Amino acid sequence: MIGFILRRLLLLCPVLLGVITLVFFLIHLIPGDPVELMLGDSAFSADKDELREQLGLNKPVYEQYGRYLTGLFKGDLGISIHSREPVLENIVERLPATLELMAGAMFVAIGLAIPLGLISAVKRGSWIDQLAMFFSLLGVSIPNFWLGPMLILLFAIQLDWLPVNERGSFLHLILPAITLGTALASILSRITRSSVIETLGTDYIRTALSKGISEFQIVTRHAFRNALIPVVTVIGLQVGVLLSGAIITEYIFDWPGLGLLLIEGIQTRDYPLVQGCVIFIATSYVFVNLLTDLSYALVDPRVRLQ
Amino acid sequence: MMLFVLPASLAPWIAPYDPETISLSEQLKPPSWEHPLGQDQNGSDILSRLLYGGRISMYVGFWVIGISGTIGVLIGLISGYYGGWLDTVLMRVVDILLAFPGLLLAIALVAVLGPNLNNVVIALTAQGWVSYARLVRGQVLSVREQEFVLAACTSGISDNRIMFRHILPNIIQPVIVQATFNLAGTIIAESSLSFLGLGVPSGTPSWGVMLSEGKDVLFEAPFVSIFPGLSIMVMVLLCNILGDALRDYFDPKIDS
Repeated sequence: MIGFILRRLLLLCPVLLGVITLVFFLIHLIPGDPVELMLGDSAFSADKDELREQLGLNKPVYEQYGRYLTGLFKGDLGISIHSREPVLENIVERLPATLELMAGAMFVAIGLAIPLGLISAVKRGSWIDQLAMFFSLLGVSIPNFWLGPMLILLFAIQLDWLPVNERGSFLHLILPAITLGTALASILSRITRSSVIETLGTDYIRTALSKGISEFQIVTRHAFRNALIPVVTVIGLQVGVLLSGAIITEYIFDWPGLGLLLIEGIQTRDYPLVQGCVIFIATSYVFVNLLTDLSYALVDPRVRLQ
Repeated sequence: MMLFVLPASLAPWIAPYDPETISLSEQLKPPSWEHPLGQDQNGSDILSRLLYGGRISMYVGFWVIGISGTIGVLIGLISGYYGGWLDTVLMRVVDILLAFPGLLLAIALVAVLGPNLNNVVIALTAQGWVSYARLVRGQVLSVREQEFVLAACTSGISDNRIMFRHILPNIIQPVIVQATFNLAGTIIAESSLSFLGLGVPSGTPSWGVMLSEGKDVLFEAPFVSIFPGLSIMVMVLLCNILGDALRDYFDPKIDS
């Protein structure tokens, strides 16, 4: 297993280097002078020179790249132009809100998807199955930037049941979590359904049936556990979907997380902050995928041999 | 789907009003006979804006699918057919682009390139081709070993001819299914970028911009948000249903 982990870590290096390189060169794609864009035309030339010096833009590109890489290894993602604080500090400050939102969305997604997928599989072909699958299709098709405002309209404005905007009590989390978790619930319910159907067709389930075990026991005690393995893998792989969806959800609900920080960075043309957020999110995603792979290899030894 | 594609294509001829006409005296008027879907905060007719907005979604959707599909299929074919170091390099590039979840890369690219329609197409294509390349490469790897390809190789046919005349027709079906699902994803992505203020400029009739503007007047005039959102949802739902149907048609063994 240690060899497998080392091999995977080694494979990760070029990917991470590629991500960093791509994000580094993003700032060079800006048409015109990035410093002028960030500070505006009316800024003093002394301020512009200071920022150019701070970002290293007055040095050759290879030197800038070297400096950027070295900084990253030391955990230095640069200084935010807007807040004048280290970007990493800004990210760390906002991270708990995003994690809270993602955990809430994951809870909603799993809570909806597993029962829905299970019932669909057991009642395969029935109207319940068709209805459940239609809802799952609907869930993937509803854009979260529409679902969010509609939930606000219904539950916060019309019914006045739930609060919106910003982070606060548990009640503040409900609507953003539903908004972010719905698409994932749809994907997971489909996977749960097909995984349970596949498991129900295996020999050991037929054996259990022939021994006279009730259908309920077969589903809950025999099929469900085994069917969960691919579902768990997909949950891990879908963390990226949540990370990406969190950007829009946080924007809708004014949720002070990483996604909102990124959008604020874009709106204020704070490119070091944008670069830092993008690198942080992409790197986290890569590591979550690695952890998913490792956990899968831990459960299924065949994976290690591939 | 034609219910969406046709009206959007014919928007300049069938839209009852100019979508960019501003009439501040008629702000946020609810649906009426003159304006069946109401008027937004600028007094513009929502129905006309919806029709024109559909054009933007179609424009972005078809261009992104067309360009990223072509690039992805070419790279996947080359990568899978030639293998070796070329395959390794191309697949590492794919891995790097896959490290950016969802819209992250597109958001970053539009943030630096500037928000306009062509930059949205560029940003979505930059990552869009990856799914096709991976799919095609996988398909080529399995088809490459089949006897008809080996026979073509031994008869001295050129690599290009083998790739495009023998392999491609045999792997195109899953690509079509993928493109249908990607059309849905692209429509959502374009609207998401416009919603965040990173797509088409504010004021342009686009479904995402309409939703973004509607968010500010959700309390007074929910209909401003409801209709563009419904349009996106139904369009995406139809693409997903079409994708499911095509997948079942091409491969009846798969249970969707």
